Amino acid sequence: MYDLQYSKPSSVNDAVAEIKKSSDAKFLAGGMTMIPTLKARLSSADMLVDLKGSNLSYISVSSSEISIGSMTRHCDVASSSDIKGSLPALAKLAGGIGDHMVRSCGTIGGSLANNDPAACYPSAVLALGATVVTNERSLKADDFFEGMFETALNEDEVITEVKFSIPEKATYIKFPNPASRYAMVGVFMVKKSDGISVAVTGAGENGVFRCEEIENVLNLNLALDALNNIQISHDDLTSDMHASAAYRANLIREMAKQGLKDLI
Amino acid sequence: MPDGGSTGIGASVKRKEDYRFLVGQGNYTDDINRPNQTYTYMLRSSSAHAKFSLDITKASEADGVVKIFVGTDMDVGSIPCGWQVDSKDGTPMREPAHPPIAKDKVRYVGEIIAVIIAETLEDAKNAAELIDVNYEDIPVIIDMQEALNNANGLVHDEIESNVCYDWEIGDSEAVDKAISEAAHITTLDVRNNRLIPNAMETRSAIGDYEHSTGQYTLYTTSQNPHVIRLLMGAFVLGLPEHKLRVIAPDVGGGFGSKIFHYAEESIVTWASNQIRRPVKWTSDRSEAFISDAHGRDHVTSVKLALDKDGKFLALKVDTLANMGAYLSTFASSVPTYLYATLLAGTYTTPAIHCNVKSIFTNTVPVDAYRGAGRPEATYLIERIVDKAAREMGISQVDIRRKNFIPVDAFPYQTPVALQYDSGNYNATLDAALKKADYDGFEARKAASAKKGMLRGIGFSTYLEACGIAPSAVVGSLGARAGLFECAEVRVHPTGSVTVFTGSHSHGQGHETTFAQLVSEKLGISTDMVEISHGDTNNIPFGMGTYGSRSLAVGGEAIVKAMDKVIAKAKKIAAHIMEASADDIELNNGNFEIAGTDKSMSLADISLAAYVPHNYPHEELEPGLDEKAFYDPLNFTYPGGCHICEVEINPNTGEVKVEGMTAVDDVGKVINPMIVEGQIHGGLAQGIGQALLENAAYDSNGQLLSGSYMDYAMPRADNFVDFKVGNEVTLCTHNSLGVKGCGEVGAIGSPPAVINAVVDALSELGVDDISMPATSEKVWSAINNAKNKN
Repeated sequence: MYDLQYSKPSSVNDAVAEIKKSSDAKFLAGGMTMIPTLKARLSSADMLVDLKGSNLSYISVSSSEISIGSMTRHCDVASSSDIKGSLPALAKLAGGIGDHMVRSCGTIGGSLANNDPAACYPSAVLALGATVVTNERSLKADDFFEGMFETALNEDEVITEVKFSIPEKATYIKFPNPASRYAMVGVFMVKKSDGISVAVTGAGENGVFRCEEIENVLNLNLALDALNNIQISHDDLTSDMHASAAYRANLIREMAKQGLKDLI
Repeated sequence: MPDGGSTGIGASVKRKEDYRFLVGQGNYTDDINRPNQTYTYMLRSSSAHAKFSLDITKASEADGVVKIFVGTDMDVGSIPCGWQVDSKDGTPMREPAHPPIAKDKVRYVGEIIAVIIAETLEDAKNAAELIDVNYEDIPVIIDMQEALNNANGLVHDEIESNVCYDWEIGDSEAVDKAISEAAHITTLDVRNNRLIPNAMETRSAIGDYEHSTGQYTLYTTSQNPHVIRLLMGAFVLGLPEHKLRVIAPDVGGGFGSKIFHYAEESIVTWASNQIRRPVKWTSDRSEAFISDAHGRDHVTSVKLALDKDGKFLALKVDTLANMGAYLSTFASSVPTYLYATLLAGTYTTPAIHCNVKSIFTNTVPVDAYRGAGRPEATYLIERIVDKAAREMGISQVDIRRKNFIPVDAFPYQTPVALQYDSGNYNATLDAALKKADYDGFEARKAASAKKGMLRGIGFSTYLEACGIAPSAVVGSLGARAGLFECAEVRVHPTGSVTVFTGSHSHGQGHETTFAQLVSEKLGISTDMVEISHGDTNNIPFGMGTYGSRSLAVGGEAIVKAMDKVIAKAKKIAAHIMEASADDIELNNGNFEIAGTDKSMSLADISLAAYVPHNYPHEELEPGLDEKAFYDPLNFTYPGGCHICEVEINPNTGEVKVEGMTAVDDVGKVINPMIVEGQIHGGLAQGIGQALLENAAYDSNGQLLSGSYMDYAMPRADNFVDFKVGNEVTLCTHNSLGVKGCGEVGAIGSPPAVINAVVDALSELGVDDISMPATSEKVWSAINNAKNKN
């Protein structure tokens, strides 16, 4: 790791003020990706501004909406009885990220800002049509993700909260990469009053995406066997040493088939 | 007198060493810091094959830099290979020069091109980034078949080929004749996938030269410090033994990868004299992936000839073995004497021939890894036996029973040099079938089918050879070292004991198992025994720990030294009690005059030996401290039966291990708990190789699986509760009757797993799947089979 400064401001405003002071500062939001990359000298920063002190760790649930502070750790989401009660798929997703250590440090805001193409949270945010609240504005999920490791966040913009409206039903099915245990394919499926939405992580060359092929079929026919003969196009899917695009297309269908049982 | 029986042979004594490890008080190489120590960072090649030049001017002036060395600075010997293998035409293997720091050409990604020594590691890393390296790339040689044809040129220009040796064993004429006349021939092509050893502790080394005495000390993560002293001292740096001390303190796992003499050890030792300060290097995990010797990596074609009843007539094996870019310490012996000599397995196959071409490629050197040659042999035997059974409509169990070496045939001479001393392969098979509930398999398969899942069961009735020996034989086969072991047993004046052993524990629990030998033999509790290892200044001599040899060779050396102690103690006791030494009997720690109630304890005798007031001075020297060297008469031959049961989801290709049974014959068991732990660890690595692990290179020689993000290490949830058992036949040529247990898990299990996967898929017409059997591979095999049908 290169030499760097560390600060832990006590509010979002202070954090933003702090980060503006130096040219190569980065926010630290759990650090489960950031710290290893810094240690391996794959990235650098002259200053880490830790958001841990900025009062962004909370979960609040109403009858229609869940608000999660951006610094809320995966383990807190996974174990929240409120979330388990109103949106169990989200608790399950958080409980399946990384290992105990990662879940005890990693945060929802950190995961979304990094937008790793194999991360779990982006699929939930996209499928649920969540709102990403920052210190500057509110972003619709559809507008937030802009491709692998790319988001609509401006420089020095901080995610402060994520708002999920509570759907009728939702589920998350993940096929983990055997090495990293990130999603080789993760499918988040939601049933809302206005229809079905399905988001896929781990498979897209441009990161998380909505799978319209599955959505269209299920919006016409929400039946257990509806996906049995569907072919998923693998045009924009990733091929790597772990899985070809064709295999990932198959996994999308198979994970969706499994998830369907939870939606009906 | 404490009762030794409760901590003697056969007791599951808790590991004495674990307390210090569990409370974080282990003393590993990286825990050691020397006064005025410097830190070094090894700049490694990012190109797999290139001529290179570098400019260190800017880096040399960077903050904290003490000195930067490049290849031409280090004018020392070549890193040696410890085993000469001759080609079948009698020519010796090709041994290209292996400088510790590359001089003007690099041959794999990870090869050291500059050594940056600084006040802190960060300083060294910062300076390394200022070194300007200019690579002039040369075509990269990765694929062994292409390397064989010199398709992309040569890895080493000074030798005329990429073939290190073209070696054979067995009777090729007899094999060809049997094949031409056989009722049935089964053929199979297999790849034994390349693995990364992944010891929990990464390698580390500290060189410490003391100018006032001319004494060098090397602290290093080694499985065999004396061997490192010899290889590095005699061949690379030209240092005599009395001026070179090698200390391998607590070592956190090795699996073979810490046997070898690595460049970093020579570099820090040499550099500490150059700069007159201690030099420390510790590998980080990413570095370990591209600098620890890799394992396996064979490509093999096999042919098995059978008569109409399924009796094996001949086995023909042709193997390409990857050496990587340079010959690591025992690289040459792994695919020859530790591999092809095992090809009889547990069977009476009368004719066997094996040809091995070992190949240089632009990859990390390949050497011994848990099992070293024996997993490769076992894999192809057990796979082709299974395939033959399927083709001939014989059951997997019956074809094995038909061909087992019968119990009354021992000692059994195989057609590939080895002579097995003991074994009972039907006994381990029977016990394993019972433990695995083989009779219930069809019902479990039907239950899986009901869920839409495929279920399969796979066998491996393997054999392996441990305790590589005797020295005279291995010497005639090209070993450049003896393969004995040395021990010293020191009884202290008040009767406690320190054992100095040339074996080296890096996770095996020697401090407990060896103490149990003392407890059993001398009748004292293991609490009264300390096992010392890992320091060439403390230990008379040692060959170290590898090839599951520690108990069968190192343990026997301890027993031999204890026999000398007992003989001397009897004489002392006889003198003091005024009896004849012949009348003294040792019973549970007491030296008794037979037929009387007169006796002395070991402590009484040792006190007399060190305070020799009443002592047979004319006959004996004072003291009670004996040393022994033990050179075994033969290998030992553990064997057994592993049975794996898997369930496969045909929609995703996911393979789930549902059952793993291992019934092994490792000879006499000293500590059942430790043996079970060794079996568990071996099974974990075997299943890892079969289903998950793969060191993959791209065509440019970049390691694709260069971190745990891409190299799939098995984890607890990949396994089931292992069912482990023992069926003992004693080794006939050592006093303890022990064979060895360190590698059997990794040797026996991979073919059992793959045979289970193939069994599950066989109803679809699939007859082969390669390691690792990833979910995509299995899914593709299912799809291809469906498309064919």
